[in-house]
Amino acid sequence: MTSVTRAVPRSRKPPGLLPTGIPLTLLEADGQAVRSADLDMPGDEVLLALHRKMVLARRFDTQATALTRQGRLAVYPSARGQEAGEVGAVLALRPQDWLFPTYRDTMAVVCRGVDPVEALSLLRGDWHCGYDPYEYRVAPQCTPLATNTLHAVGLAHAAKLKGEDTVALVMLGDGATSEGDTHAALNFAAVWQAPVVFFVQNNGYAISVPLSKQSAAPSLAHKGIGYGVPAMLVDGNDVAAVYAAVQRAVISAAEGSGPTLIESLTYRIEAHTNADDATRYRGQDEVERWLARDPLTRIRQHLIARGLLDEPAVAALDAEAEAEAAALRQRMNTDTVPDPGDLFRHVYAEQTPALRWQQQELSAELAAAADDPEVSR
Amino acid sequence: MTAIAERGPGPPVTTPEVTMAAALNQALADALSEDETVLVFGEDVGPLGGVFRITDGLAARFGDARVFDTPLAESGIVGTAIGMAMNGLRPVVEMQFDAFAYPAFEQITSHLAKLRNRTRGRVALPVVIRIPYGGGIGGVEHHSDSSEAYYAHTAGLRVVTPATPGDAYALLRKAIESPDPVIFLEPKRRYWSKQATILDHAGATLDRAVVRRPGSEVTLIAYGGTLGTALEAADAAAEEGRSVEVIDLRSLSPFDDETVTASVRRTGRAIVVHEASRFCGYGAEVAARLSEQCFHYLEAPVLRVTGFDIPYPPPHLEDYHLPSVDRILDAIDRLQWQETRPAVKAGG
Repeated sequence: MTSVTRAVPRSRKPPGLLPTGIPLTLLEADGQAVRSADLDMPGDEVLLALHRKMVLARRFDTQATALTRQGRLAVYPSARGQEAGEVGAVLALRPQDWLFPTYRDTMAVVCRGVDPVEALSLLRGDWHCGYDPYEYRVAPQCTPLATNTLHAVGLAHAAKLKGEDTVALVMLGDGATSEGDTHAALNFAAVWQAPVVFFVQNNGYAISVPLSKQSAAPSLAHKGIGYGVPAMLVDGNDVAAVYAAVQRAVISAAEGSGPTLIESLTYRIEAHTNADDATRYRGQDEVERWLARDPLTRIRQHLIARGLLDEPAVAALDAEAEAEAAALRQRMNTDTVPDPGDLFRHVYAEQTPALRWQQQELSAELAAAADDPEVSR
Repeated sequence: MTAIAERGPGPPVTTPEVTMAAALNQALADALSEDETVLVFGEDVGPLGGVFRITDGLAARFGDARVFDTPLAESGIVGTAIGMAMNGLRPVVEMQFDAFAYPAFEQITSHLAKLRNRTRGRVALPVVIRIPYGGGIGGVEHHSDSSEAYYAHTAGLRVVTPATPGDAYALLRKAIESPDPVIFLEPKRRYWSKQATILDHAGATLDRAVVRRPGSEVTLIAYGGTLGTALEAADAAAEEGRSVEVIDLRSLSPFDDETVTASVRRTGRAIVVHEASRFCGYGAEVAARLSEQCFHYLEAPVLRVTGFDIPYPPPHLEDYHLPSVDRILDAIDRLQWQETRPAVKAGG
């Protein structure tokens, strides 16, 4: 070799940045445990907690879908089939960590402890965010795609600057990985070594557009190496693997090793929302194949096979979920009376004169309407 | 500039003359000194001190944890500033030029402006976005936009623009103290204009216009880069016997109806001056408000002296575009001086 060729910089292959080719798995589709060199099987208590929360999450989700049909919710983007990702990621967080969810992650928001009625405020149409983000350390659910990735990076970097032991986990979908903000967020997080976990739930579709039209990358997890962000590809219907992967990423971030990108391979069983017609872009046979890989069945089979769960325990859990759903139904079965004055109260810290006038205009309009027998009738 | 940069925090002192750039630098330095939650970041704001040197010396003085360069992505700068503000910090970020802020538009309009409202006031975002704006410096394309109308149209943002070094200091300090997000538009062609002034923000407010020059016959309403032009025009008009009042808006949102309408009700005539294009420009809002609130006091239609409805011109043509003293004087001449009442139309 000549010195000239040696002078050409060689591409470095940093260790540990590439994901495995096959999704990391701890439980096979039939519930059988498998060994993994990368992930530790969670303890029995954790597995039972994951199963319980998944039962509650699924029942919440089907209840929310039903509330949409009854006109109690304006819209509901179901995450049915993604319970392992929604629950596994949230339970792997510590109390001091932050969750940055999207509109599809209401299960995750509720799993984090947010009151379900408060969580559904957005979709009910009462207010954009019905809960106090600081009380639960859950950011408002993000409806523009990928913008929350940067908020998570900023919050995490601020925590690092302040010397706080806080990790931010941001949820995003396969479609959101095409957005520029995802690119910027991965890059900023890597440069700053911010304590962030990027949790990409690849559920196969961005509304109607399949992954094949979204990305030509070998996997979405492969995008990490371009930023210098270590990545993992996990079986997103294996709650044990999701939990273990997120926990590993959270510990790594908390220890100062910076961000991790996790792609969680899963499937959106329902349409994008109740307003969507999934039969226009995918076949029922595909849905059936994924129903056979149900994440809840998988963990349940595992727990039953190991004697950690039995039929009476499952029945009791189902009854608990049913009671929660009934309570939610009952609480949502009322017509809320939003205060039009709220429209003007929180635009600025202190109301501007122009907003004060506009609020008075609306009040006068409403008062006149109330006094007008034609209108009130 | 040196004398000012060396001044530490403490009581305000009189300075002989200070440029707007130095006043902004001092405001950032004083805010960083007084409040440890203040951060300054953006593109090239670290060791370089920004392309206009507004952050000169700050990284060395306050360290690269508080004053730092970011990767080159405006959406990333604003998006991460939002997250930092959620976690108790007060980011002051720089967009390098007006037109380069557009990648951050979604973060600004969908998140920065709305998060307080979305959360019923639970999440405040005290973020300041500094944007050098406007033309007149011979910049090549995309370096001279006046983008104020985009931001002023967005509820939840405060939009502020100083026209003098003294205001640059006071308004930036107040912007950093504000619990609301502030778009802080710096008229780049006035960065090097000087003023003998005390740099102080005690008693300053963020949302009030100011009468820069009293007059009785016409109100010129200007802001940022065009204030100086309006003042020159007022001086020239005075030589011709016209008494012209000049208002510096300072706060584009919220709009100070009180100060502006009080002036126009006295003078009965008004002209809005800005560099930005006329169509749907900021002047349209001012003219509409004056029409709504001062109609019976007006002796003539409210006129606008603005840039043309064209993309910002190349440097050798920008003087044709920018509002000039002559154009303002021409507009003053068109304010129906011959008629004390609106003309009665033929047949009407």
